[in-house]
Amino acid sequence: MPRRTMIEAIRDAMDVSMGRDSKVVVFGEDVGFFGGVFRCTQGLQAKYGKSRCFDAPINESGIVGSAIGMAAYGLKPCVEIQFADYMFPAYDQLTQEAARLRYRSNGDFTCPIVVRMPTGGGIFGGQTHSQSPEALFTHVSGLKTVVPSNPHDAKGLLIAAIEDPDPVIFLEPKRLYNGPFDGHHDRPVTPWSKHELGEVADGHYTVPLGKAAIRRAGSALTVLAYGTMVYVAQAAVEETGIDAEIIDLRTLLPLDLDTIVASVRKTGRCVIVHEATLTSGFGAELSALVQENCFYHLEAPVARVAGWDTPYPHAQEWDYFPGPVRVGRALIETMEA
Amino acid sequence: MADAGMLRFHVPEPEVRPGGTPDFSNVPIPKAGSVPRPDIDVDPRTIRDHAFSIIRVLNRTGEAVGPWAGLLSSDELLAGLRHMMTLRTFDARMQMAQRQGKTSFYMQHLGEEAVACAFRKALEPGDMNFPTYRQAGLLIADGYPMVTMMNQIYSNEADPLKGRQLPVMYSSKEHGFFSISGNLATQYIQAVGWAMASAISNDSKIAAAWIGDGSTAESDFHSALVFASTYKAPVVLNVVNNQWAISTFQGIARGGSGTFAARGLGFGIPSLRVDGNDYLAVHAVAKWAAERARSNLGPTLVEYVTYRAGAHSSSDDPSAYRPKTESDAWPLGDPIVRLKNHLIQLGVWSDERHAQAEAEILDTVIAAQKEAESHGTLHAGGKPSTRDMFEGLYAEMPPHLRRQRQQAGV
Repeated sequence: MPRRTMIEAIRDAMDVSMGRDSKVVVFGEDVGFFGGVFRCTQGLQAKYGKSRCFDAPINESGIVGSAIGMAAYGLKPCVEIQFADYMFPAYDQLTQEAARLRYRSNGDFTCPIVVRMPTGGGIFGGQTHSQSPEALFTHVSGLKTVVPSNPHDAKGLLIAAIEDPDPVIFLEPKRLYNGPFDGHHDRPVTPWSKHELGEVADGHYTVPLGKAAIRRAGSALTVLAYGTMVYVAQAAVEETGIDAEIIDLRTLLPLDLDTIVASVRKTGRCVIVHEATLTSGFGAELSALVQENCFYHLEAPVARVAGWDTPYPHAQEWDYFPGPVRVGRALIETMEA
Repeated sequence: MADAGMLRFHVPEPEVRPGGTPDFSNVPIPKAGSVPRPDIDVDPRTIRDHAFSIIRVLNRTGEAVGPWAGLLSSDELLAGLRHMMTLRTFDARMQMAQRQGKTSFYMQHLGEEAVACAFRKALEPGDMNFPTYRQAGLLIADGYPMVTMMNQIYSNEADPLKGRQLPVMYSSKEHGFFSISGNLATQYIQAVGWAMASAISNDSKIAAAWIGDGSTAESDFHSALVFASTYKAPVVLNVVNNQWAISTFQGIARGGSGTFAARGLGFGIPSLRVDGNDYLAVHAVAKWAAERARSNLGPTLVEYVTYRAGAHSSSDDPSAYRPKTESDAWPLGDPIVRLKNHLIQLGVWSDERHAQAEAEILDTVIAAQKEAESHGTLHAGGKPSTRDMFEGLYAEMPPHLRRQRQQAGV
C-alpha cells in the first residue's frame, strides 16, 4: 500500500471526492493556482479547473458565508481557513448560520460544508499560528468537529466529512503534516513513510465520523487524546512503563462515548490530554462525562494535561506545549493516587 | 490649513428629534423620468451618477413617465396593488395579534410594501432571495399561503418551522425565500455564494441579496461586495434604505458617503438608486439588474430609498427618537396611495373599487387568521411537540442528543 504524508492524504481525499462528485468545490486563500500554503490542494485546480478549485479573497467570513450559500444551492464546498487561528472572523457564519441552517429551516435548507483548518502548535508558530480552538466548535450545537492524527485517518475522515450531510469542522494538526511528533523536539522527526499509519489506500474509502480508535490497548489507565497528543501520550506511556490504554478520539462531536466509558470502566483511571488551554477546554467536557458515566469505577481523580491558560507563546514553546514529561508525570500521579 | 488644536470627535445626528418639526427639504428628489435607462451591459464607470440620483417613474399626478416606464400591464399593476394592500392588512392584523398576546413578537413593513412586492415580480421561478426580516412581500407576491406565515408567527402545531424560530423568520425554498436569520447581514454573502454556485453549475438562476441601511455597516456587507465583484456573481445586491436602524438614523451607517448605492462604485459594481415607494420604478430597476445577472454581466447594487413608517418592531416605540409625524412629511409618499392614483389615472381603478378591495382583503386575511388560530397561538391551543426541539439539528440525531431527549422525557 502506498505511503503518504498527511498533506498528501488530505489532498488525495479532496482529489477522490472531486473526481466522484462534481458538486464538490474547493476554495480558500492561496488554495487555487498555488496549491495552498501547506500544499494540501496542489494540482487540484490544474486537474479540475478554476470553477472547482479557486483562490479566495482574504476574508474568512466571506469564504465560509459564500460556502453556506453554495451549500444551500446544492453544492458541497470544502473550504480552507489558512490557520485555525484565523477562523474568528468566520465564527458568526459557522456558529449562527452553518450550524443552525437545517434546524431553523426545519430541513428546508441544509449546509453540507467542510471547513478545513490547520490547527495546533509545536512549530514555533506563536500566538496566531498555534491555537487549538476545538472547544469553540464542540460547544456549538449543529456542528461536527473532527481532528485526525495520521494520514490514513485524515483521508478517510475527510472523505466522510465531505460526504456528510452536516457542516464539519476539520482540524488538521499541522505539526503532524509531515510526520508523527511525540513532543521530543530535540530528536529528529520520523517521516510518515516510516510509520504504518502512513499507509494510505488509493481511491475511495471512509473512516466513519463519531468513532474513536484504540491506539494502544492497556489495563492500568485510560488516556483520552487526539491529534498530536496521541503521539505524546504514546511516548509518555513507553517512558513510564505504565500499561495505559490510549484512545484517539478522532471525532470530538459526535463523541464516541461508548468506547471511552468501556475503557475507563475497565481501567478505573483516566488522563485527558490536549494542546488547547485548560479552562473550559474540551478536556473539561471529557472529564465531566467520565465522572458521570464511570464514577463507581474510578480509583483516582480524572487528570487533565493541557496547554496553560495563556496565549500561545513563541520563545517558551516547549514550556507551553504539553510534552511527554508533563504527560508522564500525570500518568504516574494518577497511578499513585 | 485647518486649526491644529485639539481634535474634536464627530458623531452624526439626524436633523430633527422628537418635538421638532420634520423636514426633508434637504433631501433632493429628482423629477420622475429624469434618470436615463442605460443598456444592461453598460460600463459601470459611465453611470456613476445613478448611484447619487433617484430613479422614479410615477410623477406627482400619478403618470408613469420616462425611460423606466412601460414594463407592466395594468393587470400586473392591479395585482401588485393587491399584494401591497394584502401585506399592509396582514401586518396590521399580526401587529394586533401580538398586542393581544397571541404571539411574542412582530415586525411590520408599513411604507416599504413596494420594495419586496415589486422586486419579486422581476424574478423567475427558481431564483433565490436571501431576505432580511422585512421582506415578507416576497412571499405575499409569490402566492405563499398567508395561513402558513401566520402558523409560523403563532409557533403553533402547523408551524412549518416547528416552533424553533422567532416570529417572521420564515423559510421557503419552494418560493425562493431563504431561511431568515436573526444575525444581521449574514445572508448578504450567502446570497453571493448561492449565485457563485449557480454560475459554477452553469445554471441560469440568479440570487437576490437583501440588507437594510443599518446593516450595511456589518462586515458581511463588505464581504459580499468583494466576492460579488471578484467572481462577477449573478446576484442583485439590494439595500433597503428606510432611513432608520431601530433608533439610529441612516447617517450613522452611511457616514460621509453620499449614498449607500455609492458603496458599490468602489467595487466596480454598477449601482443604482431608486424610489422605493414607486412600484413601477422598483420593478423596472429590479428587472434591469436581474437581466444583467442572468446575462452573465455580474452583480448590481440597488439602493431603495424609502421610509420605515412603522415602529422597528412590536418591541419598539419610535416616538422616543423621532418626530411622530415624520412619516407624513416623507417626500416619496405612500407606495400604495401612489400606485392607486396611477391606476385611477389609467382608468382601471377607482376609490370605490379600492375601498371594496380593502374590505375583501381584510376578509381574506381574517379568514386566514381564523384558520391559523385553529392550529393554536403561542400560549394557547396546538403547539409543536417537545420532541421537535431535539429533531432536525443534524441529518441523523447523534447519541448525546438522543440521551438528552430521553432525559426530557420525550
